Amino acid sequence: MTIIDMFQYGFIQRALIAGSLIAVLCAVLGVYLVLHRLSLIGDGLAHVTFGSVALALFCNISPLAVTLAALPLVMLSSVGILKLMEKAKVFGDAAVGIVASLGIAIGVLLAGLSGGFSVDLFSYLFGNILSVSREEVIIAAVLFVVIIASVSLYYNELLAVTFDEELARTSGVHTGRINMILVLLTSLIVVLAMKVAGIMLVSALIVLPAVTALQIATGFRTALILAATCALLSVVAGIIASFALNIPAGATIILLNFSLFLSAFLGRRLVLRH
Amino acid sequence: MPVDILSFENLICRYQGHEALTDVTFSVTAGDYVGIVGPNGSGKSTLIRVALGLVAPDAGQVTLFGVPVASFCEWRRIGYLPQSMRQFNPAFPATVEEVVRLGLLPHKRFPRRVGGRRDTPAVERALEALGITGIRGKLIGELSGGQQQRALLARAIVGRPELLILDEPTTALDPETRERFYTLLGELHGEEGTTIILVTHDTGAIGSMASRLIYVDRKIIFNGTLDDFCQSEKMTAFFGEASQHLICHRH
Repeated sequence: MTIIDMFQYGFIQRALIAGSLIAVLCAVLGVYLVLHRLSLIGDGLAHVTFGSVALALFCNISPLAVTLAALPLVMLSSVGILKLMEKAKVFGDAAVGIVASLGIAIGVLLAGLSGGFSVDLFSYLFGNILSVSREEVIIAAVLFVVIIASVSLYYNELLAVTFDEELARTSGVHTGRINMILVLLTSLIVVLAMKVAGIMLVSALIVLPAVTALQIATGFRTALILAATCALLSVVAGIIASFALNIPAGATIILLNFSLFLSAFLGRRLVLRH
Repeated sequence: MPVDILSFENLICRYQGHEALTDVTFSVTAGDYVGIVGPNGSGKSTLIRVALGLVAPDAGQVTLFGVPVASFCEWRRIGYLPQSMRQFNPAFPATVEEVVRLGLLPHKRFPRRVGGRRDTPAVERALEALGITGIRGKLIGELSGGQQQRALLARAIVGRPELLILDEPTTALDPETRERFYTLLGELHGEEGTTIILVTHDTGAIGSMASRLIYVDRKIIFNGTLDDFCQSEKMTAFFGEASQHLICHRH
């Protein structure tokens, strides 16, 4: 079978479309989050997603609706992280740690109450992009439009807040509102991305393309474009490799992302040396 | 009649149980060039942060252009340059030009687009005024402290603010750049009529340019011209003759 033949399969087409949309969104938001020193928020929210999925499965919600069912709790948790940082003066990493451990604890408790981890829960832990449904592709497309539109509308405010929050405030930017928008968009994408990389690897989709871009970017817009390109390349190559070599897609995508980071890092060092 | 641009009335700020600022009352009027000086930990930066609404006071009133700072929203009238001690992440991917453009944000309505054709003259003028046109494409984090400071000053003045607030801006600058920096401030004040509030340790240098000197040490110790400061017997008694001479030496 050739690579062209692969694209005739509906599940491959769906995986490529949804994976590309989700990966680009993760990468774009990742640039802001990494620079905001909130790299691990993806990991924390992914753990909350685990708890939310466990709750949805515990309540016998249909697998198709699990993504939507998990969303409100994850969004609420992202606001919780922000409030812990702002009101309780807890550092970002500690706030993420608190919410993440709470999410895992709830997930494990509910899994225990329902008689152990079910196959469904494991599929969310490690992801299975090749099983993306048509409805999930539509959700990914809608969220792509919503998130890209939000980032475009708030581009300069997001840049100002990421650059220096106090300077942004003295420029009339409502920093609280902008931070809220950033974490809410992140929670949307984390829930969506659990199907691509799984809860365990979702933060890598957010962090790796961003840090790769930051190695070689020559401006902020360039950083966003580079991060999106890296993410797109690794998802497309990862899905093809996964199908051709019969290896797990999520892990392959992450390893390809890491290879791109390593190349950018070494390339930059070489350029700086000369 | 001069208009109050910034005023503090009976301001009290507490920090970790002690009073960082006690009963501070003074105002800055349009066209002033005010130098705020004082020892380390005297509350100078706190004063600036309160003036900008970044820290809420425990008591007292602060108004900007006649409006309580908590409800102030005409940020296009203010340019702010923070302390030069902060270092930006070397990996931060914003170029000097992108940072300078951000200074136009207060002039924009939603969606706040900056950097369009209309903004080009203002950005060019600010880059040129600070002598940083040649490094406009460089990443801000890769610049020296002095270059970063010039980029941030360009950001502060790009929107032609009426009030420019600078918090210890020359700490990271070499003597030559410092002189140029003060010359530029003098031009902004003299030619454009910008009101300037400059927090500094450099009492002698600023004394020759500022129209008013405010000495802060948790409270207002002195508020007047450098000439008055140097001739004040009260200040001689407070600082001792040698220290007073040292402050007045470069005047």
